[in-house]
Amino acid sequence: MGVETFILVSVIKIVIALAVLLTAVAYSVWLERKVVGHMQNRWGPTRVGPFGLLQPLADGLKFIFKEDLTPPHVYRPLYIAAPMLALIFALTSIAVVPVGNWVSVAGVHTPLQITDVNIGLLIILGVTSLGVYGVALAGWSSNNKYSLLGGLRASAQMVSYEIALGLSLVGVLIMAGSFSLRDIVDAQGGHFWGFIPRWNIFQGQIVAFFVYLMAAYAETNRVPFDLPEAETELVAGYHTEYSSMKFAMFFMAEYANMITVACLASLLFLGGWHGPLFGPPMLQAVLPLFWFGLRIFAFIFIYIWVRGTLPRFRYDQLMAFGWKFLLPLAMANLVVTALVVALRS
Amino acid sequence: MVPLSYYLVLSGILFACGVTGFLIKRNLITIFMSIELMLNGVNLSFVAFAAHWHALSGQVFVFFVMVVAAAESAVGLAIIIAVFRTRETLNVDQVNLLKL
Amino acid sequence: MLHLILFLAFGAVCVAGAVNLLVQRHPINSALSLVVVMGSLAVEYLLLGAEFVAAVQIIVYAGAIMVLFVFVIMLLNAGEEEYSNKSRVAHVVGIPGVLIGCVLIGWVLVERSHTEAVAVGALPGAPKDIGWLLFHDYLLPFEVTSILVLIAIMGAVVLAGRPEPVQQSKKES
Repeated sequence: MGVETFILVSVIKIVIALAVLLTAVAYSVWLERKVVGHMQNRWGPTRVGPFGLLQPLADGLKFIFKEDLTPPHVYRPLYIAAPMLALIFALTSIAVVPVGNWVSVAGVHTPLQITDVNIGLLIILGVTSLGVYGVALAGWSSNNKYSLLGGLRASAQMVSYEIALGLSLVGVLIMAGSFSLRDIVDAQGGHFWGFIPRWNIFQGQIVAFFVYLMAAYAETNRVPFDLPEAETELVAGYHTEYSSMKFAMFFMAEYANMITVACLASLLFLGGWHGPLFGPPMLQAVLPLFWFGLRIFAFIFIYIWVRGTLPRFRYDQLMAFGWKFLLPLAMANLVVTALVVALRS
Repeated sequence: MVPLSYYLVLSGILFACGVTGFLIKRNLITIFMSIELMLNGVNLSFVAFAAHWHALSGQVFVFFVMVVAAAESAVGLAIIIAVFRTRETLNVDQVNLLKL
Repeated sequence: MLHLILFLAFGAVCVAGAVNLLVQRHPINSALSLVVVMGSLAVEYLLLGAEFVAAVQIIVYAGAIMVLFVFVIMLLNAGEEEYSNKSRVAHVVGIPGVLIGCVLIGWVLVERSHTEAVAVGALPGAPKDIGWLLFHDYLLPFEVTSILVLIAIMGAVVLAGRPEPVQQSKKES
């Protein structure tokens, strides 16, 4: 395929991926409000459109029309840049996430992924590490005690749990032998004993999946690890001084991080897009997308379920949990996986 | 095709900026960051030579330089925090109690 | 051709970030321009084919070490830098001196060195090959650096921790 075709196809894929991701972010907010509402024995949004489905649109319009004030005492360049940084790094990880097999559309043979890099997993880890800057700089530039404390706590929490997150993924890497996300998913194809799919979670990475789940909740600052943005503790933490579109950017960044983490979990532990394929070839090309979407929906539902159910950790409990429990557990999982793989070959 | 000397010139410029920052800046933390800039310049040299002579050891050595830089920045920043606690200033001209 | 354009573009970003680090008065601006330098250096490494080193540069250097710098700047509430008079000579003589030195060395390197050009992705640094080297030929330095990091962690915890009040421990003994 020539250079012009490659660039055109890449641009189309980027536009589609961003549009889908931003819509998914908006509708995961809707899903959260409905599910948490039903758990608390109330309806959630019902008035705007059927089942409240147009609520995200109404919220978006509200955010655009709200007054965007910049308090006079903030450090202005970083105050304006911090939410942009948070959103940029949250949206960048989608570039290496594969959602399906290779397809042929209008004579062009292309993978359902913006780019298949040899080190895809490392890029996602790197972008997650860079996401700490948005939070830390927002907390500091707001020139406000609560924001500074919230920003410091949030960034210390994110940096601590990044280690457990990375270590829990190394077991999967040892089994797949490659950093490329497509290779990791391809290594989970097929079944054993005829009906149990060869997903990594069934191949002994259940402990790693548990560690990944906990570390992901802490990375995205979600309950039970959401002390840095708890209203009863810190006013609103690092986004106290933000209003209108900048606050909306933080909000979107948080949900986009949730979706990225869900994508990564379904690619690495739940077999990616593998699922029963049936029907005509047109349907068979689209079904992997559906199975992938189903896994992401399940993961986000678990996220929201946990949010509706558990109380939050105190900060010292949170840090002790990350360093003294999750990190040794992830290392033990790594050692056992390496032993098993070495003895088997 | 980029000549190897271009990479070396870029590495030299980064190193020179690091040395300049180390000598003219007065804030302890900025001096420390200039050291990190020097280390980054050297890393670029290593990787460029590794590519030129097809020796992967250059890239492995960059790994070690990064680990040592991480260890050194952790300890150095802890020292800076301790100095700030006792001297209440980050200006390197005012940390001069041992001067005659 | 594209290789040269990309190298020059990201090289210019590197140099601009490095000069910005020197010019800015507030340490937080210097820290963020250093992050920009490290990001563009990661792209330069990718141009040379060192993909693992580029990823580690982003994860470790830009994503952990510089975050530590930003934390310390935030915690100590480091304000803008004051200029002292003692470094006037350094500015007047030193900066032009450094510039002349750079130009001289650059000219010698570019004109007189008889090295050949480096292609894009000249030496693919796949993680598997680097891992092999790390655990076979360079195992001893690897283990020694891990002990070094352990010592650094312990040192940092001791140095930055709050000192115990001396009076109470004397009263108890």
